[in-house]
Amino acid sequence: MTIPFRRSRRDFLKVSTAVGGGLALELCVPTPVLSQAAAKTKGPELTAWIVVNPDNSVLIRVARSEMGQGSSTGLPMLVAEELECDWTKVRTEFVSTAEQVRRNRVWGSMATGGSRSIRDSQEYLRQAGAAAREMLVAAAAQRWKVPASECDAENGVITHTPSRRKLRFGQVAQAASKLEPPKDVKLKDPKEWNLVGKPARRLDIPDKVTGKPLFGIDVQLPGMAYAAIAQCPVFRGRFVTVADERIKGLRGLIKVVKLEDAVAVVADNWWRANRMLKLLAIEWDAGANGGATTESIREFVRFGLEDSSVPVARNDGDVEAAFSSAAKVVEAEYYAPFLNHAPLEPMNCTALVKGDRVEVWAPTQNAEATHATAAATAGVPLENVEVHLTHLGGGFGRRGFQDYTRQAVAIATAVEGRPVKLLWSREEDMQHDYYRPMTLMRFKAALDSSGKLTAWRVRDASHSIMAGVRPQEIKEGIDRHALGGIVDMPYEVPNLRIEFAMRNSHVPVGFMRTVFHSQNPFMRECFVDEMAHAAGKDPYEFRRVMLQKKPKDLGVLDAAARVSGWGSPLPAGAHRGIAVQDSHGSYAAAVFEVSVSAAGELDIRRVVVAVDPGYVVNPDSAEAQVQSCVAYGLTSVLWGEITLREGRVEQSNFHDYRIMRIAEMPKRIEAVLVPSGGFWGGLGETPLAPLAPALANAIFAATGKRIRSLPLKNQGLRLA
Amino acid sequence: MIELTVNGRKHNVDVEPEMPLLWVLRDVLDVKGPKFGCGIAQCGACTVHLNGEPVRSCSVPVSAAANHKVLTIEGLAQRGQLHPVQKAWIDHEVPQCGYCQSGQIMAAVALLAKNRDPSDQDIDAAMTNICRCGTYARIRTAIHAAAKTLKSTKA
Repeated sequence: MTIPFRRSRRDFLKVSTAVGGGLALELCVPTPVLSQAAAKTKGPELTAWIVVNPDNSVLIRVARSEMGQGSSTGLPMLVAEELECDWTKVRTEFVSTAEQVRRNRVWGSMATGGSRSIRDSQEYLRQAGAAAREMLVAAAAQRWKVPASECDAENGVITHTPSRRKLRFGQVAQAASKLEPPKDVKLKDPKEWNLVGKPARRLDIPDKVTGKPLFGIDVQLPGMAYAAIAQCPVFRGRFVTVADERIKGLRGLIKVVKLEDAVAVVADNWWRANRMLKLLAIEWDAGANGGATTESIREFVRFGLEDSSVPVARNDGDVEAAFSSAAKVVEAEYYAPFLNHAPLEPMNCTALVKGDRVEVWAPTQNAEATHATAAATAGVPLENVEVHLTHLGGGFGRRGFQDYTRQAVAIATAVEGRPVKLLWSREEDMQHDYYRPMTLMRFKAALDSSGKLTAWRVRDASHSIMAGVRPQEIKEGIDRHALGGIVDMPYEVPNLRIEFAMRNSHVPVGFMRTVFHSQNPFMRECFVDEMAHAAGKDPYEFRRVMLQKKPKDLGVLDAAARVSGWGSPLPAGAHRGIAVQDSHGSYAAAVFEVSVSAAGELDIRRVVVAVDPGYVVNPDSAEAQVQSCVAYGLTSVLWGEITLREGRVEQSNFHDYRIMRIAEMPKRIEAVLVPSGGFWGGLGETPLAPLAPALANAIFAATGKRIRSLPLKNQGLRLA
Repeated sequence: MIELTVNGRKHNVDVEPEMPLLWVLRDVLDVKGPKFGCGIAQCGACTVHLNGEPVRSCSVPVSAAANHKVLTIEGLAQRGQLHPVQKAWIDHEVPQCGYCQSGQIMAAVALLAKNRDPSDQDIDAAMTNICRCGTYARIRTAIHAAAKTLKSTKA
């Protein structure tokens, strides 16, 4: 039986199928159909990434998720640059995970995180574009019976230069597809780029201003049921029992589904499901963590600062000797709280389980992980699963975790044969995140009589994300990932000792935009400011001295200082702060200009962020990412904290987990893009890294008060 | 049965009167432009117009919309022409993830319907919708641009 999936809304998945979405469910063996996309389009494939149609339009496949960062435009730009097609005739589609399995992962990684989409795939995408171009040129040359070397491709047209004969890509695509793709292709020199490096219109924007149902939450299937979920409020706790008498016979109820640590109500619309869920009396077993509070967890993590035996991650020179001869010693302790990702689209996932087939629609940062999770949850082979990747209403690292997929497939299994859309309430989303880890750091530094830094001791006590996701990466108790920006700091320090105390509480932690570079640079760069102050040096010059062997870090620091007019006179009451931080393969520095009233009213007058990502694919998206990092980063710095009581998260929604709004956004934000070439770095996260310390350092300059603990709302500061 | 007019089309819906308008639109009428973000009128992703006024449809019971006119992002284009605010959103490349933008656009359209030439302060006061991607600078630019277009076309 074919399951008829409605396709009236053309673009909602940008993935269509030959005979409706039920295809994957109907076939017990891998389908011989080339691909779903090829079945829809008329032209042939030239490499797995490109389909050239007879009308000269080009379909370029995108393997990474679009969550706002713009890579569903940037990635095709890289292909098109080498393909020499007509960019105005490019369409895109997300690759199918079922095809990815059938074709032995021909599209490489689908993971979307760590600002890796462009930098990890740029080479093979450009190679695919170049290979397809060579195949098209070779096919044209064969038709003309001329050497390929006499032909050129430009804007979707191949020209035989001596005779000025022309053929469009669409005219030779069939012939080209029968040729063997070239093994070695020569990529353009960046100087020859026509498309990459120039502002391009994002391909996804028209659909986003007309309300098209692009997102996971918008999935609509015939006969679909809706699920709302309540998860054990104490992490690691368990579901015990539920009294559901109060909802029996209520309108729309389909089923109550009990999971190991959650209860779901399935109904005929989500509002009814969620209302009935609230009427249930659910008994939970909180387990050992029912008494945990923010304070108890902070003390637990803080013990790592006192612990006399912790592993040493780096030990250059002789720190103790340098301290014994120090002219001045500076010490400080820093703290950063748990944070929630809070993408605006709450976690959701739609699943259909039918026999041994599973079909899933998900806004996920890793469609392959979603695919694997669905297969494992349903206990079926990978070949029996299809995941439709939707657009994401924000991700920020949250949607790499697959808890919502597991739940949706488990619930769908309980109502087998019927598609179910699981949607979390905002409250569930707030209280069941993989939070930005709570981290504490203690620093001690020695300065000589000239004010030069001679020794620096760092003790980092932190939750570890790797302990949960890739424990094999923790070596001898040291999580170098958690020490990002610390163990690999760019500064030249003659004597440097870095110690790490891994302190994992019961609170689940995960990758949140800029990850450990969202809190570690706050600590490091504020402490550098403290050192500079103790040394009586200008904080910009103090950093410059220690960055002489790091031209990229120095480059962005200088750019931020230059554009902000560092050192030039400011209006009365205005002060500047500066910070620099490399992360995710790129380099960033920021200067904040602020004033602070006696009552603690903070006016952020100007933000300058200089970024060197090596190459910029789409400068317009790059500027947008800088603005985005300012909004996301300042939200965290100003107000962000997740607190716990009785083992559970206290915040529940945006009234108590405040998000920046337009009135609070600094009016003057300058993105200074200084791509120096020769490497490919990320852009979605790096600009965030220097923001917190640059702001905190500006506040110190204005007030003389050091900010060593976030958020600022707890430090007597609020926006003017 | 509750009668309501959505984007010029009359519907009779058989739902509880207290069911929020947002969920009637999304789950009953399959109008997916208004988004669910918080459920407590904080984020504005669900913003629609009720008789021309911007409302947070997650917190408006459908009974309050009975016999009234509801306009969602889907009904904004006229005779195949995008609204000047939508055009400005495209011209200035406003959206990132795009999830909040239906609500942002509906809030901006309502603002410009009342105030032909909003100042930055007017924008701050009227635009209280959350954008987690931080597209605020471009939202502001696009509103000013749309105001100019509206003035020149209606002058």
